[in-house]
Amino acid sequence: MLHPGERRDNARLTLCLTPLLRVAAAAWTIPFMQVPAQFEYERASSVEHALALLAKYGPESRVIAGGHSLIPMMKLRLARPEALIDVNELAELATIEAAGGELRIGALVRHAELLASEVAGELFPILHDAERVIADPIVRNRGTIGGSLCQADPSEDLSAAFTAVRAIAVIRGEDGERTVPVRDFFAGPYDTVVGPAELLVELRLPIRAGLGSAYTKVGRRAGDWAVAAAGAALALDGPNVTEAGIGLTAVGAPRFVAAEAEDFLRGGAATPDRFEKAGVIAAEHCSPAADQRGPVDYKRHLVATLTTRALHLAQARAEG
Amino acid sequence: MEITVTVNEEQYRRSIEPRLLLVHFLRDDLGLTGTHWGCDTSNCGACVVWLDEVPVKSCTVLAAMADGKRVRTVEDLAFGAALDPVQQGFVQCHGIQCGFCTPGLLMTARWLLDHNPDPAEGTIREAISGQLCRCTGYENIVRSIRWAAEHPDGATP
Repeated sequence: MLHPGERRDNARLTLCLTPLLRVAAAAWTIPFMQVPAQFEYERASSVEHALALLAKYGPESRVIAGGHSLIPMMKLRLARPEALIDVNELAELATIEAAGGELRIGALVRHAELLASEVAGELFPILHDAERVIADPIVRNRGTIGGSLCQADPSEDLSAAFTAVRAIAVIRGEDGERTVPVRDFFAGPYDTVVGPAELLVELRLPIRAGLGSAYTKVGRRAGDWAVAAAGAALALDGPNVTEAGIGLTAVGAPRFVAAEAEDFLRGGAATPDRFEKAGVIAAEHCSPAADQRGPVDYKRHLVATLTTRALHLAQARAEG
Repeated sequence: MEITVTVNEEQYRRSIEPRLLLVHFLRDDLGLTGTHWGCDTSNCGACVVWLDEVPVKSCTVLAAMADGKRVRTVEDLAFGAALDPVQQGFVQCHGIQCGFCTPGLLMTARWLLDHNPDPAEGTIREAISGQLCRCTGYENIVRSIRWAAEHPDGATP
């Protein structure tokens, strides 16, 4: 344990960052800084107000909610926004409801709230699987669903879970609202299609009869980022797979999707052999990087095993 | 900017920089040094306080975000000379060695017992999984919280 005043180094501070960001942080030979650089702070009172503030401050402003990714990045000067627009007061974005054939999750819903939501767990158990292994209970009290997606971290769990269930992101700008499939939401690591004067306001998950879903993850210790993880959603018609969704975390799958494995499963029988084969296909088509969490072959092995396990669990829940 | 924060039932009005973190506001501006500043990365949990009744890691919350809100820190646990049962539990079961992680653990333990008065050992371990102790090996911390659950009114004199 390090104590206040004791000399620390950047490596220590980067513990909370994902592997990719750590490399970036290590490349910065900056002196240790305990607080972010200066910025303007504005608290938004409505979505319209938040959009007006984003327009006022321009592309160098950032939305902040839980702040559990952004504030550590600001301490390291990996992010240096000129203004922060605090959206924590926007209660209109903090609701979870099943309506219109969809599960609607507000962007400001905290991880702990999603984990506590009975309707979410009943319709999409994959969300509870993922939430149980995201960070730790105290961080989950603060971090938000929208913040997790907008951070677009390749190691973030919900991104793969929402990918598996083909969620739709609702983005609002001053000209109105647009919807984007989560599969088209990510523009690359730490980059999304949300524009500088836009706000992610909601995730919509299409409710489908006979859908089962599950998320499986291997991490080194409680609260850590995934070594690898897989989310699966299966729609079954009797013994056959009518639709399959597979999202992969932290293994370099394009936009978190294991498309080839999904194609293989769609229209075929839901059998152990085919689930195993789907896992192998997912492992072949992702691009994990070797790091302190493990070498490439180990991560591919995990992808195969975890994908197969998630498929079995999704099937059991679909039939459940 | 000016903020008004109610800390342990007392209202404070201070002028701060927006970049000031809640943990430093509590320690440096208000002199409430019971809350510890540890890893600075939301990993260790030494800085856990309640923000509007919810435990948060105050090294990763801006003081500006607490404007108009209620904060509860470890200083608020004891009532006069009477320790909170979770504090007594840490004394009874030797849940403290160096004591650095203790304030955060106490705030999480109090919150847990307020919401789940009789938590199983596994529930306690999960609740404190975001908090690091480099001394005790956690065994005595878990026992301390169990002690508090079994003695909701504290020790009998």
